Amino acid sequence: MTEAVLKLADLVAGHPVTTVYVMSDEERHEIEHCLHHYDDNRAASIDALKIVQKKHGWVPDAAIAKIGELIGIPAADVEGVATFYNLIFRRPVGRNVIKICDSISCYLTGYDEVRNAISAHLRINLGQTTADNRYTLLPICCLGACDHGPVAMINDDTHRDLSVENIPALLEQYK
Amino acid sequence: MTTLAETKPLTANIVAGRAPLNLKEYSAAGGYRAVRKALKEMAPGDVTKIVKEANLRGRGGAGFPTGVKWGLVPSMEKSPGSRYLVCNADEMEPGTFKDRLLMESDPHSLVEAMIVAGYAISATRAYIFLRGEYIEAAKNLNAAIAEANAAGYLGKDILGTGWSMDLHVHTGAGRYICGEETALINSLEGRRANPRAKPPFPAIAGLWGKPTVVNNVESLCNVQHIVNNGSAWFLGLNQGKSKDGGTKLYGVSGRAKKTGLWELPIGTTAREILEVHAGGMKDGLKLKAWLPGGASTDFLMPEHLDLAMDFDTIAKAGSRMGTGLLTVVDDRQNMVSVVRNLEDFFARESCGWCTPCRDGLPWTYKTLVAMERGEGRPGDIEMLEKMTRFLAPGRPFCAHAPGAMEPLQSALKFFRGEFEATIRKQSPKVAA
Repeated sequence: MTEAVLKLADLVAGHPVTTVYVMSDEERHEIEHCLHHYDDNRAASIDALKIVQKKHGWVPDAAIAKIGELIGIPAADVEGVATFYNLIFRRPVGRNVIKICDSISCYLTGYDEVRNAISAHLRINLGQTTADNRYTLLPICCLGACDHGPVAMINDDTHRDLSVENIPALLEQYK
Repeated sequence: MTTLAETKPLTANIVAGRAPLNLKEYSAAGGYRAVRKALKEMAPGDVTKIVKEANLRGRGGAGFPTGVKWGLVPSMEKSPGSRYLVCNADEMEPGTFKDRLLMESDPHSLVEAMIVAGYAISATRAYIFLRGEYIEAAKNLNAAIAEANAAGYLGKDILGTGWSMDLHVHTGAGRYICGEETALINSLEGRRANPRAKPPFPAIAGLWGKPTVVNNVESLCNVQHIVNNGSAWFLGLNQGKSKDGGTKLYGVSGRAKKTGLWELPIGTTAREILEVHAGGMKDGLKLKAWLPGGASTDFLMPEHLDLAMDFDTIAKAGSRMGTGLLTVVDDRQNMVSVVRNLEDFFARESCGWCTPCRDGLPWTYKTLVAMERGEGRPGDIEMLEKMTRFLAPGRPFCAHAPGAMEPLQSALKFFRGEFEATIRKQSPKVAA
């Protein structure tokens, strides 16, 4: 299937621009399947954004318009939704997304040290992606595993009881 | 002989390290009995009545009686057509990790609860609004729903009653504000999760303008047991420790010895939870302050530990039980930094809809950051106190900012000296 056309130069400059977005049949079917779950098509907008993101890693501009067209709502509304929710990425992210909990229980059990260890190991701060595109580091609110803080998610995996010592080995598991 | 299901109904099926029960195993353990009993022997109104009598109060934090909420839904004659049951499984209150356990480890329990609750309000569709990060919960709930569909407990003409309801897991895309029930409804409709004005309340005009009940996971998971065992049994579960009925999932996080989660009679004291179940603070640390049930509850002090953890008792002490999971702050922590962490969270999670919250919370946060760096100025404490009044309940659009003010106002009350010290240290010219 045709992928979104990305201008590499723009990506490097940090201004990703997509000109064309051809949605794969797989994405389209998944989105259409979601429509059956709701009594109004608009409700599928968040699912649709997640489906596109699952395939591309993030949601390019052209996909916003395409989703609007597919479910029958203005692109501006899709964009409004896309920019509201923190798990929808409107910029490219690395192959592995680290979401580190910075809420109170993790703060009390060593969030600062663990975040510093990750930053030092990867040489990135919160909100940044490594030069080799391998990791993106993001903050996230309470992950609901507070009895085992500090906690972080890497992609879909939740990691508990983090310590400065186990950070390098943990990160190494994600290629 | 009493069984575990009769004393700890919420966690009887949960064994650490064991996969959740499938439909067959869950049924063998007494599961789906309440669905058959409710649908075959009881009218929908009877189910609501028994839950009201049991005095089950909402476990999401507000403590609103679950049965009363159901009773607000208009009759089918007054409001024919679609109506919805929504489970609020957007667990994101900092320090709260209870609904995750129920959904990951006993998903059929929530599915059964939602069938019984859906029947009580004659729901046509039901949704579990699950936070996107709960990957395991989504997997287990979807498996349980598929089994329940195949067994005829969901779908068309359930158990030959003529009543039909389907159940979907909707996974969210983040944002704490989705836990506010009207914001949750907007999110479920595919909109930005800004809260809605109340009234009308969701029971009258909720999802797609139709009658809607939004209940927390833990609240719902009690329902089938009340139907099976009766309201008197449920009230008795408190072992005389509270006016409220039932058990409660209590937990401890922070630097305690054995942090974790326990199902105990509602009204168990905070001291028993912390000292017996969590084994007290870690060696060398002393308890300085504690949040009774999440980031949006007022701090309490060590002298409050003997209070019963129920809605009314904790409210009388000037806080809220909230979600009932304690976050303990140890004596090595500086309260200015602790509150700065909390306000950072609230400022970031403001939905931006109303000015007091959108502007007031970042202002509060930035002031605390400056104080933490020792750059506090005379007047900062008074400004923070002003914020607690400007953002008091009723001033902003919803309960988000008032919740943010609870830890701040209580920290200023109990630890004022720590806030003052930050000002003295760095404003010598003014102080002199």
